[in-house]
Amino acid sequence: MGEQRNFRVWRGDDNGGQLEDFQVEVNDGEVVLDIIHRLQATQAPDLAVRWNCKAGKCGSCSMEINGKPRLGCMTRMSTFAPEETVTVTPLRTFPVIRDLVTDVSFNYQKARELPAFAPPADVAPGEYRMQQIDVERSQEFRKCIECFLCQNVCHVIRDHEDNKQAFSGPRFFIRAAELDMHPLDTRTDRKDAAVEEQGIGYCNITKCCTEVCPEHIKITDNAIIPMKERAVDRRYDPIAWLGSKIFRREQLDKPAGYATAGVATAPRPNAGTADTPVEQAAAHGAQGDISANWHREAAAGHAAPVGPDGKLPVTEFTGQLAGAQSPFGDDVEFPMPATDINYQHPNRPDEH
Amino acid sequence: MTNIERHNYDVVVIGAGGAGLRAAIEARLAGKKTAIISKSLFGKAHTVMAEGGAAAAMGNANSNDNWMVHFRDTMRGGKFLNNFRMAELHAKEAPDRIWELETYGALFDRTADGRISQRNFGGHEYPRLAHVGDRTGLELIRTLQQKIVSLQQEDYAATGSYESRIRVFAETTITELFVEGGRIAGAFGYYRESGEFVLFEAPAIVLATGGVGKSYKVTSNSWEYTGDGHALAMRAGATLINMEFLQFHPTGMVWPPSVKGILVTESVRGDGGVLRNSEGKRFMFDYVPDVFRKQYAETEEEADRWYTDPDNNRRPPELLPRDEVARAINSEVKAGRGTPAGGIYLDIASRRPAEFILKRLPSMYHQFKELADVDITKQPMEIGPTCHYVMGGVEVDPDTAAAAVPGLFAAGEVSGGMHGSNRLGGNSLSDLLVFGKRAGEYAARCADETTKRVKVPAATLNAAVENALAPLGRGEGGENPYTVHGELQQVMNDLVGIIRRRSELEESLGRLADLKERIKKVGVGGGRRYNPGWHLALDLRNMLAVSECTAKAALEREESRGGHTREDFPQMDPDWRRVNLVCSLQGEDVRLERKALPTMRSELMRLFDRAELAKYLTDEELADFDAAAEGVAASGGSASNSAAVGGADKGDV
Ligand SMILES: Cc1cc2nc3c(=O)[nH]c(=O)nc-3n(C[C@H](O)[C@H](O)[C@H](O)COP(=O)(O)OP(=O)(O)OC[C@H]3O[C@@H](n4cnc5c(N)ncnc54)[C@H](O)[C@@H]3O)c2cc1C
Ligand code: SF4
Ligand code: SF4
Ligand code: FES
Repeated sequence: MGEQRNFRVWRGDDNGGQLEDFQVEVNDGEVVLDIIHRLQATQAPDLAVRWNCKAGKCGSCSMEINGKPRLGCMTRMSTFAPEETVTVTPLRTFPVIRDLVTDVSFNYQKARELPAFAPPADVAPGEYRMQQIDVERSQEFRKCIECFLCQNVCHVIRDHEDNKQAFSGPRFFIRAAELDMHPLDTRTDRKDAAVEEQGIGYCNITKCCTEVCPEHIKITDNAIIPMKERAVDRRYDPIAWLGSKIFRREQLDKPAGYATAGVATAPRPNAGTADTPVEQAAAHGAQGDISANWHREAAAGHAAPVGPDGKLPVTEFTGQLAGAQSPFGDDVEFPMPATDINYQHPNRPDEH
Repeated sequence: MTNIERHNYDVVVIGAGGAGLRAAIEARLAGKKTAIISKSLFGKAHTVMAEGGAAAAMGNANSNDNWMVHFRDTMRGGKFLNNFRMAELHAKEAPDRIWELETYGALFDRTADGRISQRNFGGHEYPRLAHVGDRTGLELIRTLQQKIVSLQQEDYAATGSYESRIRVFAETTITELFVEGGRIAGAFGYYRESGEFVLFEAPAIVLATGGVGKSYKVTSNSWEYTGDGHALAMRAGATLINMEFLQFHPTGMVWPPSVKGILVTESVRGDGGVLRNSEGKRFMFDYVPDVFRKQYAETEEEADRWYTDPDNNRRPPELLPRDEVARAINSEVKAGRGTPAGGIYLDIASRRPAEFILKRLPSMYHQFKELADVDITKQPMEIGPTCHYVMGGVEVDPDTAAAAVPGLFAAGEVSGGMHGSNRLGGNSLSDLLVFGKRAGEYAARCADETTKRVKVPAATLNAAVENALAPLGRGEGGENPYTVHGELQQVMNDLVGIIRRRSELEESLGRLADLKERIKKVGVGGGRRYNPGWHLALDLRNMLAVSECTAKAALEREESRGGHTREDFPQMDPDWRRVNLVCSLQGEDVRLERKALPTMRSELMRLFDRAELAKYLTDEELADFDAAAEGVAASGGSASNSAAVGGADKGDV
């Protein structure tokens, strides 16, 4: 038999609402979503929550738990102390529909504005040939389950509603990067579009998005930084572009790694770039005193996992690491206690 | 009366999983104004959860593979109850459908020579499953979703509106189909967000609503799987077949309790995982049925050699079709050799190095670590049978995916026939693509051919509104929908579960009849905006209708075959193989009829060994087979059977 725990759940709609207290049974091995379901079945039948898979695969059950953006179905109750009150609120960046359900249509709009995959005209279906090592970089981004936690946490839109027009957000930066790195995509302007259409310049690499990504996609290191790395001379030079596509593997072989070099040396990688939107974003960052964490030093990038010869392994299979490197550092064990995550939700108990 | 939003479309697709999206793409490519309707957000449908892969005989991993082998495997898996024509079309067209995905931007895992890599799966003779790690369903749905977005971008360029030709209605539930003058006229439903009602008028509707698992207590399925499409089709006058066949996945998590039902992908076994009971015995060797004796190893040594040398060794019995595995596990647990939580152990930790497991099963690792704090590279998993997939569904024409009601089409899990009595792993994702495309194509054609569009009369509409509002009207004084749902799940789990008997099935019918009355009295508090209690209340009658079909058909079919196991009739009966049980609705009650299975074309029949056919066919059918074979020999057809078919088939694919 389970024990009784304290839960506070935000209830309300676009007209406002408040936190409601519940006493609810919690059993061994349960996750927050289970408790929400128990509340529905026993105390609040009309409590609104999105979910589908209950397995961290569909990205429906995004919510803020004790102020931290998380998947309800992947947050074990055992991560909280028995006497701790667990507070569950809807994603803050998107308008509330009811209770824990928010209007995430912003994300679907942004998805529509991003140019789709452009297949090569002269390769017939069935004739596509790509090497595993070449597809792996894009595959990392295709792991995205569209939970929009990264969108929720990105201060550029979280704190500045008016930026939503110009800024697509991390979810769509990785989509752009995915297509940019797709071995057979024929568009040549993905990096430019990221700057001009998606507003990637507003991003000042705080890495909050990477930290909350339940798929552990290295959004900043592996997507945003390479996409920002838009050397002015390279931008209009078709040969250089071709090089970036064809000699990809050579790039990978660079001892310093392809994406992490810039970050590892510069604590605030954007500080030196004098792009107007970036400056703007920095300014936004400086004045916004909503959460100290967004303005902390960005974590140093991790060196690429090169072998003794200074080269990356040919495939992940032979390397020490499966999947991307961890944004938390590769020596960190999962799951790590929620309290250790370098991110704090600003306290706002009574507003919606 | 309430104000109702109205829309007019050429083709309305209900369901945004693999089948629905593929159908919508096809309808839009045919120039039709298309709507996609989905209970959840765009890109979150159940297809997202598929892990293992999509089966298609591309022959990338083993060049001996071709559609004929795939067809054979599919028929074997379905114990010859499949609609042969569907299995044939599926085997032939699956590779093209997979390759097409690459042109939409999909990135499958690759072979060394840069083609799509294919992996082993239970029941498939060769490595055949195109995959992306263990998130193939996500790749599939995301790819189709992005293809739809790209079509919308084309429309935007052409018309200035993204939604001029294809529009997604997310979080919208259809509760009623309208039939006027003997053909489909429209669909009615509500927006989950606002609770407002909406009417879609269309001459062609494609059902792609997925399965029914939420009627069961231990299931891998999400809240969406309430059998809506099955029930909608029946209420519109269409028929369901094969409803007694439900797949219980042998390997769902049984511990910890809250994640009961979450699946452990079968590729754990393909990659070397073995099943052990509480005594540590690798028990599957004791459960190889005679029909499979020839293909499966008899010793652990031979089985273990197979992983590296599949051409010269027989397969490990852990790779038997999943119903055999499920039944074996059930027997072990019943014999008292189960784990404390009532399952058995699936052990890959002691058999493969940690790096290998991490590379092959990253999301499995992630899931177990995060959810259960179990490290699958270090300790075995505790698993047991879980309701997973319904083979039964809307009876359709194999070529056009058309249901019995003109204008109604069905594809994906909601359709029946393709998988017979049991589905092979990986055959669903390819099924979605093959028949999704066909449904979209023929729905578009149907819209073209329907010159006169019928209106939905106001009275019909009002009745639908009233029905939908009834649970809110009864308020909290009515039966609690969660309680009734819980009881329905318990009945189905206990009485119509993986192993069935007459007495229990009869009891279940009585219990279901009681529940049917209680469902009419279900009431919920709260308003119409995003009210899950209300949503569940409306889903209940669908779950009940579908459960009734399953219970009735299971009682009727007195044999054991594939996803239907009768303890009192443990054998497969060749006479029953010739019979489909067809469900329809008569008033409120499910009516069951027997219908003969279509006869397989003889050149397809000849793809099988006579000895194998003898296990499935009646003597009479075998005599016909022998006569036909003699005819071929007499007419000088000396080429081997498969070559003859392959040759004849070139233009047909
Ligand atoms: C955990 C798991 C793993 C699996 N692994 C594999 C695998 O490896 N290989 C394989 O081939 N198959 C696998 N399957 C099976 C396969 O995923 C499903 O059979 C398949 O995805 C069904 O697709 P679908 O398009 O028919 O429906 P779904 O993807 O389920 O979509 C149904 C759609 O219909 C909508 N809908 C339902 N009712 C209504 C309504 N009333 N109104 C409006 N919309 C409605 C839903 O919102 C949803 O969008 C797996 C299944 C599960 C659960
Ligand atoms: S790094 Fe920070 S600013 Fe940039 S996208 Fe991520 S959260 Fe937003
Ligand atoms: S990138 Fe990660 S956090 Fe962002 S939507 Fe995708 S899965 Fe979620
Ligand atoms: S319910 Fe699918 S991610 Fe939580």
